[in-house]
Amino acid sequence: MDDTGSIIAFWLLAALTVGSAAGVVAVRDLVRALVLLITSFLGVAGLYITLSADFVAVAQVLIYAGAISILLIFAIMLTPLASRNNAETFLQVPGLLLAALVAFTIGLVSLQTDWSIADRGGFPETASAIGEALLDKYVLPFEMASVLLLVAMLGAIVLVRPEGTPEE
Amino acid sequence: MAIELEHYLIVGALLFGIGLYVALAKRNFVGVLMGVELMFNAVNLTFVAFSRFVESEQPLSGHVFVVFVITVAAAEAAVALAMAMLVYRNRETIDMDRINLLKW
Repeated sequence: MDDTGSIIAFWLLAALTVGSAAGVVAVRDLVRALVLLITSFLGVAGLYITLSADFVAVAQVLIYAGAISILLIFAIMLTPLASRNNAETFLQVPGLLLAALVAFTIGLVSLQTDWSIADRGGFPETASAIGEALLDKYVLPFEMASVLLLVAMLGAIVLVRPEGTPEE
Repeated sequence: MAIELEHYLIVGALLFGIGLYVALAKRNFVGVLMGVELMFNAVNLTFVAFSRFVESEQPLSGHVFVVFVITVAAAEAAVALAMAMLVYRNRETIDMDRINLLKW
């Protein structure tokens, strides 16, 4: 990764991702914070593309920037009388200290460690290899993930069902 | 200057720190959810970066793990939305500092 194009792409996408994530902290209005969060998701998808992870990048756009942000919009819209304020609680200072400490520690460790870097280029394409791995080596977690999605869907429906709904 | 693994790890660390702060300190329940999603994204980015750069016999295992993390994150978001609705129906607020029924 040393041609000029991918270097520029990395710095632009990293600035977009971290900048709009910082905007989520700073912006007072909840809906604006959500828009900045979607921008951050799209920046992460771009970073996946610079890492030649094509399938994960498309899944990121579909599921995070598409589905999960729509769920968050629903959570905002379905609570009309609640406050739209995105301010902090009394945990602001300890939260800031803890978050800075965690980020600093992770960054320091990742700079100090001697990772065994492989000298190979990017992947040519990943979707077929991921599909084969999901149905061959990881078939049990794959099935458990489908059961988990079913249980989560049923649980969400049961939780928000209005009280007094007659049983079938 | 070439882009190496450390660049991506630093971006992941920054993103995780921001997400942790949002999840800990925001007053609104939906804001806290946004912080959790930011932390998921930081971890996924780190997975994919290791998968791309580090020596391994099966380098695509990181991508498979990211697919599972995205699945679990989707399930978590759906259940969390249901919980927010439930709390809102009972208390007419989703502010974290006003949901204090268990406080003695």
